[in-house]
Amino acid sequence: MTLSSFRGVLVPLGLLLLWEVLSRTGAVSPVVLPPPSAVAVKWWAGLQPALPYDPGQESYLSWLFSGEMPHDAVSSLGRVLAGFALGAGLAVPIGLMLGTSDGLYSLFNPLLQVLRPIPPIAYIPLAIVWFGLGNPPALFLIALGTFFPVLVNTIAGVRQVDSIYIRAARNLGAGRWTMFRRVILPAASPFVLAGMRIGIGTAFIVVIVAEMIAVSDGLGYRILEAREYMWSDKIIGGMLTIGILGLIIDGAMSRLNDHLLRWHRGLER
Amino acid sequence: MSAEIVVTNAVKVFGSGAAGVPALQDITATVPEGQFLCLLGPSGCGKSTLLNAMAGFTPLSAGTISVGGRPVREPGPDRGMVFQEYALFPWMSVEDNIRFGLDVKGVPKAQAEATVARITDKLGLADFRTRYPKDLSGGMRQRVAIARILALDPPVMLMDEPFGALDALTRRTLQDELLRIWAEDRKTIVFVTHSIEEAIYLADRILVMTYRPGRIKRDVTVPMPRPRDPASAEFNAIKRELGQLVMEEQARFTDAELHAPAVD
Ligand SMILES: Nc1ncnc2c1ncn2[C@@H]1O[C@H](COP(=O)(O)OP(=O)(O)OP(=O)(O)O)[C@@H](O)[C@H]1O
Ligand SMILES: [Mg+2]
Repeated sequence: MTLSSFRGVLVPLGLLLLWEVLSRTGAVSPVVLPPPSAVAVKWWAGLQPALPYDPGQESYLSWLFSGEMPHDAVSSLGRVLAGFALGAGLAVPIGLMLGTSDGLYSLFNPLLQVLRPIPPIAYIPLAIVWFGLGNPPALFLIALGTFFPVLVNTIAGVRQVDSIYIRAARNLGAGRWTMFRRVILPAASPFVLAGMRIGIGTAFIVVIVAEMIAVSDGLGYRILEAREYMWSDKIIGGMLTIGILGLIIDGAMSRLNDHLLRWHRGLER
Repeated sequence: MSAEIVVTNAVKVFGSGAAGVPALQDITATVPEGQFLCLLGPSGCGKSTLLNAMAGFTPLSAGTISVGGRPVREPGPDRGMVFQEYALFPWMSVEDNIRFGLDVKGVPKAQAEATVARITDKLGLADFRTRYPKDLSGGMRQRVAIARILALDPPVMLMDEPFGALDALTRRTLQDELLRIWAEDRKTIVFVTHSIEEAIYLADRILVMTYRPGRIKRDVTVPMPRPRDPASAEFNAIKRELGQLVMEEQARFTDAELHAPAVD
């Protein structure tokens, strides 16, 4: 380990130690702040499958994920992906249309500017009125959280396409459809992907809140449930899992970006 | 298909009324099939405007342009354009860039592949086929842009200061390469430049343009056989003559720019 990376872990380790001492000595109540060792034990326990492995019953993989925490993580991830697919799936084609047509843009842009600043969380009451409880309002909110960033970026991406590409393509005989599919779409893709990265980040925030309110599984639900019993160690363990899942999602998105934009000059290293 | 370009009383005014910029005024010229023509003049004299009108990008305010007897109305692959900024599609590999026009035309896969192979060989791009434009030098990028046009075998090539951004050595290499290509299949080429030497090195004929409004100041035929030696006495005699003409227009340009109201 180099000196500087050692210095990097010095502060977190020190804080953990201080925290451990404070709660072990009873200086702080374990309900307010359970010792990190208890959190780790609880977190590890949540990771374990509830029953011993029985090859006759299920596949190894589904057994491995049968513990409470993996189950919750898979539920949350599933909601994020479904809501994201819904939101981005609508935002990209609409954004392409609004971006290419000045007429449509001037018709819809004012509405967009009014709706865009409303945080998706503010739609919660309305979502419950419209959809009741369960997955539908959760998906609605996640899709909404994805929709606006992707839409706004797609429109901007299409509108900033350098006219030199359009001229070159027209000179080579490209018709409208080829122009759209092989020139405008790829030229706008760095913007679209940046919007998707913001969108999936928002989706991840919204899923936690939505699960606290509308459904009865998932990481967001689980930490709120733990609060009812004052299980602070489980709450903090759940937060840890949420952080890890967020890291995985963002990492995957960034890898996908790098791959799809490998032609892009901005990525030159 | 014949590839004669006929420009008749071409006028182009950008904007209207007192604020209108007269970019072209009453230009009439015929470029015979297979001729290598250079448009020469200082910045802002309307070279690009005339070329873009031939390409079908810029509609004229008055007058007509026809290519091969057909009036120009819109851009088309029969008039391949090479831009100073290369205008390669950065998201496509070199070979996909070259194949693009063939795809649009609906050329069968095997035939398109054969064409791409032939053209990449011809321009020394065979080892770069799967690279992206960002990984290429300026000279290589412009080779790809030329290859992309050649793949469609257009009777006319329009080139707007294609080598303007290149260093002197690369520029000379590409000029020679262009001359070789032109000698092989005798396309009609209209080549815009503001380098007097480049014009004399390349062209059969040079049209010197005036600054605002753009008119043809002088129509010069270059009688020298190729390859031309820029150090030769004959070359330098033409260079002196053209230099005089261009400097006159350059002076008008400088004057206009200095006294123009500031805009940004
Ligand atoms: N879209 C436009 N709108 C208004 N004025 C224009 C436009 N395009 C060109 N002009 C003007 O028309 C004149 C001719 O421009 P053009 O681009 O054809 O010159 P050029 O000879 O190609 O110059 P350069 O060597 O700088 O490329 C210039 O004075 C320019 O300012
Ligand atoms: Mg120009």
